[in-house]
Amino acid sequence: MKLWLMVLLGLLASTAAGIDINDDFDDPALQERYRAIINETRCLVCQNQTIADSNAGLAVDLRREIRAMLESGASDQQIVDFLVGRYGDFVLYRPPLKRTTWLLWASPVVFLLIGLAVVGVTLMRRSKQPIELDGDEWAPLSFSPSPSTFSTWRLYCCRFGAARD
Amino acid sequence: MIPELGQFALVLAVGLCLIQGVLPLWGAAVRNADWVAVARPAAAGQFVFVAIAFAILMQAFLSNDFSVAYVARNSNTALPTMYKVAAVWGAHEGSLLLWSLVLAGWTVAVAVGSRGLPEIFAARVLGVLGLISAGILLFTVATSNPFERLPVPPLDGNDLNPLLQDPALAIHPPMLYIGYVGFAVAFAFAVAALLAGRLDREWARWTRPWTTWAWMFLTMGIALGSWWAYYELGWGGWWFWDPVENASFMPWLLGTALIHSLAVTEKRGLFKSWTLLLAIGTFSLSLLGTFLVRSGVLVSVHAFAADPARGVFILMLLGSITGTALVLYAVRARNMVAEGGFHAVSREVALLLNNVFLVGATAAVLFGTLYPLFLDALGAGKISVGPPFFEIVFLIPMLPLLFLLGLGMHTAWRTMQATTLLRMVRIPALVAVLVGLIVPWLWFDRLSVLSAVGIVSGCWVVAASLRDPIALWRSQRRLPRGQWGMIVAHCGLGLFVLGVTVTSAYNIEIDESIRPGESLEIGSYELGFRGLRNVEGPNYRAVEGEFELRRDGTLVTVLAPQKRVYNVQTSPMTEASIDSAWSRDVFVALGDSLGDGAWSVRLQYKPMIRFIWFGALVMALGGLLATTDRRYRNATAPKPSPATDTLEDAA
Repeated sequence: MKLWLMVLLGLLASTAAGIDINDDFDDPALQERYRAIINETRCLVCQNQTIADSNAGLAVDLRREIRAMLESGASDQQIVDFLVGRYGDFVLYRPPLKRTTWLLWASPVVFLLIGLAVVGVTLMRRSKQPIELDGDEWAPLSFSPSPSTFSTWRLYCCRFGAARD
Repeated sequence: MIPELGQFALVLAVGLCLIQGVLPLWGAAVRNADWVAVARPAAAGQFVFVAIAFAILMQAFLSNDFSVAYVARNSNTALPTMYKVAAVWGAHEGSLLLWSLVLAGWTVAVAVGSRGLPEIFAARVLGVLGLISAGILLFTVATSNPFERLPVPPLDGNDLNPLLQDPALAIHPPMLYIGYVGFAVAFAFAVAALLAGRLDREWARWTRPWTTWAWMFLTMGIALGSWWAYYELGWGGWWFWDPVENASFMPWLLGTALIHSLAVTEKRGLFKSWTLLLAIGTFSLSLLGTFLVRSGVLVSVHAFAADPARGVFILMLLGSITGTALVLYAVRARNMVAEGGFHAVSREVALLLNNVFLVGATAAVLFGTLYPLFLDALGAGKISVGPPFFEIVFLIPMLPLLFLLGLGMHTAWRTMQATTLLRMVRIPALVAVLVGLIVPWLWFDRLSVLSAVGIVSGCWVVAASLRDPIALWRSQRRLPRGQWGMIVAHCGLGLFVLGVTVTSAYNIEIDESIRPGESLEIGSYELGFRGLRNVEGPNYRAVEGEFELRRDGTLVTVLAPQKRVYNVQTSPMTEASIDSAWSRDVFVALGDSLGDGAWSVRLQYKPMIRFIWFGALVMALGGLLATTDRRYRNATAPKPSPATDTLEDAA
């Protein structure tokens, strides 16, 4: 445990960027897939870094491994399965959808739906209550106020009449 | 001897905090004017003693007193003086002391600024702040004493973490703390209102400027941290959705919601209990952030379980502060319902939706940050929740928020004709769509759907914000400063969105090996590698690369990225070199020697990345304008009569 922590903290201080100087894939689509995968894979011996951002030995090895798999025609899913098989779900920065994570993925939408429902109920209740105009409402400002239209002018006065500088 | 005086000062400060917490609150409950009057002197005394402790710790750093364990761990004789000062808050113990000092500073500011408020109310606010200070100071004294001595002082110290030896990082923590500790003031105002069982529009007018000040500092603090990460971590990213970043971002999101909800409470006297809940929630998230960062729970749940003393203490503190406030809320808030109607197209609804989206985003970030911890603690497996998750769940509420923002700014209170609103925003909308689609097309000649949405949203927010100033300029009218604050802050948000979208859509990144004399092309630029030289720093040695940045054959600048090895903590550090302009940054980081004179380099072209931090700065400026509106300056004057009250509100 102690040793593990010391390893972790030691790595924490190192910021040498993971510079991947291997030649690009000839196929730009393959290069794109490669970048996408390494940018979502966690470097397990680092402090919260992707293998794209790290130069730790493990990150370099994994990049080489993923590169080789892509070259031999593996699909993204096969590569993810390989990574998860070896290191578990922890290696993926995009949590897979499963029994223990559906709540995580559903939560943002659920929060919003609850919020919108609350707005709906509040609005229904409030729109039935009387609206008293007392002159200090924030009146909209028209682009070209013409004094001939009385109503626009009135709104202007309400809004800025009392705004002393 | 002197460090022991520091510890003694801290213990005295705890005592004064308890007096400041207990006597005024009790005095307010039993209407004892003498006890109520204790609040201000106790607050001043507390501040003095915390400041003495802080000064003594700083003196220990400046005089290289390595008999103090904290100094020995985080300083070194060769450390430049500026970083010796910054090292005071460079690690756990000192940063807690800074936390206390900042809170004491806010307390004194409230003690001075609340002179015009009813005596009992001010006493309650100061009392609540005193109890919070007492908790944090007790935590410092009991588990994280910065003045602990070493039996055998080392000859030299272990040096400050090299990552932290940077000017931006010297001022980032104070800014951040002034921000998120500052939400304690809004919290204390909320608890004081709950204790009184009464909340009126005056209350919102007193609370608003304090909240906005805190928000402004937090905005700058987060922006500074992001800027630092960009150039110091050496990867060229500016936000990593790291739990430590989320810890400061969640109070910011909820604090933003609070600012908007306070506007409704001030103008209409509505949403009272909701505003109170947000004030309690925002500071609770600040405390939760302190727990996450300071307990070690983020490194691993098991590391936390192995040494739980600190974590459990903060968790108890969080539980008792938030818990007490929520119980009080449950008992008292239901009495605070106000009557007042509004229709579907109104500013009330716009701000309500703003709150739904901001709170939804906060909840999603909170859930994503805590979920892996809970899963691990329950033994249900280890997962990572990273940027791919946060980017999706953050965009879901943010896109509708940006769309509504442009409309909401032009709505009227209570009710308005939808057609009037649409007529007002049609020109900004047209401008946003045209500029947002055509300019990137001309500039970069490609445009994806997502980046088009982002760029148009950014332009829309900016154009909608500028509509009122333009209309005013044409009619030779003047706006109150609070209005300007809103316009400027929203404009800043638009600029920020533009920066984020353009950078992520058109960023070019090249990792290559390069030899002296060779050159690389990036965008319309060419980078030539002249060679390497050795550099000797005050407490490090470095290899420095010399790169010529050329455009169309003419020299733009010479970039000099370094690879540093510090004398004490010897892990290598990447110091990127950046040529920045409004329209783009060119970023070079030196990797490793590959032998044979070749070096690996990372080269990045980042269009409009400056807009990210500039936008945040403009947002903070908006906050500054809003807090200095004259109606808040008048808020410290003796309580106005009902007649002047309405006049104030009109302004």
